[in-house]
Amino acid sequence: MTKNVMIVGVGGQGSLLASKLLGHLLLQEGYDVKVSEVHGMSQRGGSVVTYVRFGEKVYSPVIDKGSADFIVSFEQLEAARYLEYLKKGGRIVTNIQQIDPMPVIIGAMSYPENLIEKMKEKGAEVDAMDCLSLAEQAGTSKAVNIVLMGRLSKYFDIPEEKWIEAIKQLVPQKVVDINLKAFALGRA
Amino acid sequence: MKQLMLGNQAFARGLYEAGCSFVSSYPGTPSTEVTEEIAKYDEIYSEWAPNEKVAMEAAFGACLAGKRSFCGMKHVGLNVAADPLYTCSYTGVNAGMVICVADDAGMHSSQNEQDSRHHAIAAKVPMIEPSDSAEALLFAKLAYELSEEYDTPVIMKMCTRVAHSQSVVDPGERVMPAEKPYEKNIAKYVMMPGNAIKRHPFVEERMKKLAEYGNDCPFNRVEMGDTSIGIICDSTSYMYVKEVFGEKASILKIGLINPLPTDIIKDFASKVEKLVVVEELDPIIETHCKQLGLEVTGKDAFPICGEFSQNMIAEEVGMPVPECVKRDEALPVRPPVMCAGCPHRGMFYTLSKNKTTVLGDIGCYTLGAVAPLNSIEMTLCMGASISATHGFNKAQGKESEGKTVAVIGDSTFMHSGMTGLANIAYNQSNSTVIILDNSITGMTGHQQNPTTGFNIKGDPAGKIDLEALCHAMGINRVAVVDPYDLAACDKVLKEELAAEEPSVIISRRPCALLKTVKHKKPLIADSAKCVGCKSCMKIGCPAISMKNGKAAIDTTLCVGCGVCQQLCKLDALKAGEE
Repeated sequence: MTKNVMIVGVGGQGSLLASKLLGHLLLQEGYDVKVSEVHGMSQRGGSVVTYVRFGEKVYSPVIDKGSADFIVSFEQLEAARYLEYLKKGGRIVTNIQQIDPMPVIIGAMSYPENLIEKMKEKGAEVDAMDCLSLAEQAGTSKAVNIVLMGRLSKYFDIPEEKWIEAIKQLVPQKVVDINLKAFALGRA
Repeated sequence: MKQLMLGNQAFARGLYEAGCSFVSSYPGTPSTEVTEEIAKYDEIYSEWAPNEKVAMEAAFGACLAGKRSFCGMKHVGLNVAADPLYTCSYTGVNAGMVICVADDAGMHSSQNEQDSRHHAIAAKVPMIEPSDSAEALLFAKLAYELSEEYDTPVIMKMCTRVAHSQSVVDPGERVMPAEKPYEKNIAKYVMMPGNAIKRHPFVEERMKKLAEYGNDCPFNRVEMGDTSIGIICDSTSYMYVKEVFGEKASILKIGLINPLPTDIIKDFASKVEKLVVVEELDPIIETHCKQLGLEVTGKDAFPICGEFSQNMIAEEVGMPVPECVKRDEALPVRPPVMCAGCPHRGMFYTLSKNKTTVLGDIGCYTLGAVAPLNSIEMTLCMGASISATHGFNKAQGKESEGKTVAVIGDSTFMHSGMTGLANIAYNQSNSTVIILDNSITGMTGHQQNPTTGFNIKGDPAGKIDLEALCHAMGINRVAVVDPYDLAACDKVLKEELAAEEPSVIISRRPCALLKTVKHKKPLIADSAKCVGCKSCMKIGCPAISMKNGKAAIDTTLCVGCGVCQQLCKLDALKAGEE
């Protein structure tokens, strides 16, 4: 059975490292893996989505509506945007950070309120946390992605050491400690 | 060892393993990473060319000289390179030559959704299409064998979902092919009428042989399952079909998309009850099937526009799709925006403020068309800003000359803006051209170009001086301005629009995302001074928003460029302490 993880956020928030870590780890665990990314214009501060799929044999590189076991979101509004993709009984792991999109910045719309509650009302399991503060606590605001991976790891049947090993292999040597701390804070 | 690779990375690996020695490309999403990955192999000479036509001609020269060569581009890039393509189909090759063209169904990062298969058909060259990274690696290697055996350039077509998806590959070793020394052969390589007339029948014969080869080749394969439905598909569509049907359908997967085979399709059709073609964009396989007299479901069920997905295919064939939660609230969209500190912003604000008619071009700065700047009024293709401004001004005369500009990036100017400027200089329209020189090819992810002074590996290289170039082309008025300085932008724009001769404004500041660019501390919004007039919001910077009626700075985004400060009459935006 193929499992589906969507990683969503705002272009430039570091979702590519998160999907790289997940893909790398799942491959080492012996799964067939596909990771689908977005490059180019969509990255310029726009809504971005990365699909990670794993299982015995994965065909399609994309995740369709009603199919995501997990939606990992770097930002509240983006979690809500992709809610339709969540499988029945699926889980949303989201940073509570709010980043205003252009229609809000120019005053054409307002940032929707109580998004977390609304997603819960729709039946989604929502695990919301202040990843930005935790990342800053670990040493850099850039580690939001690893905080999120730390939280996601709780729902995976993969030993913690394997995640730690994968982080050590993928992040530059000088920021390994910060990222391990971010991972631990997310997982706590 | 098995590893995850992007389709483009696997393509590059395949080129490497096949002994490719020369690569010349122009960046374009979603093709760029093939060449970026190639640049990591020291055994291969690689370069960014000024445009796709130059890249293809360089690759052709290298294959003529006896080296396996490659050039990569996006779908619209192949339009630029169509001229050499259609004739190197006639000359054929010496060592193998492979061309990557990457289509963008769904237009994630493109100005149109053209189907490149038409180019392969029209140019009469073979085109192959992988459906995942492992195939990208394998097909790239096989492409050179095909190229050399059939004496033809070979196009390998990627699409966004294959190019930008990672899947598992098992890389091998680099094996160098036998030497192919260059031999003078005027009849084969000089395409003047007397010679070309003799080459055309060779091309026709070659395509017949390749169509025959397609009946039994490593690119096309039949996977028989349930015979109540038989599906012919290609590229990423194959993956969606497998996802939906598994073994519940028989599949003919086409990897050699041009020329299409006949016997294998007829044979497959005869073994299934209902024949369906699943292909993104235009009905090319479908039309071929219909020409063979087969009854087939294709674009009557599946759309021509946009990308496919597993749910979409399932719905069209009446299979169940998963239930999903419906949102009952319209959410604000989040379109791409110019980054905080983007040097284009100041110039677009100036253009917007002056109510200038702006004909735009292809790059990050196309975002000058979106709110709140709403500045660009036309974007067509690479270089069109300059040529179209000339035409616009010639058509409207004085009425538009004093208020119309072309805006074009440094890389796009080198790609195909220079010829438009030559037209302005030669045919003397009183046009103003703004070169937005951010010292990099930005949109595709920071590739060097002839104006940056560095090559593809980041080593020092030749550097074209834009001011000297414009002067040499006959433009007397060439001004340089810093787009972070709004007063200077306003002054130079007014002066150059008023000038009674062609002029160029170079708006120069490096892309704020470049690692070499040093940023200032984020600005500080003084809520005591801010009255919430929103003057600072006119530039559409993602780092500024209104919180409780006052301007607020997102310190994770702000790079302290200071453009918004110049709009605040109350001094409520202060420089951060260094």
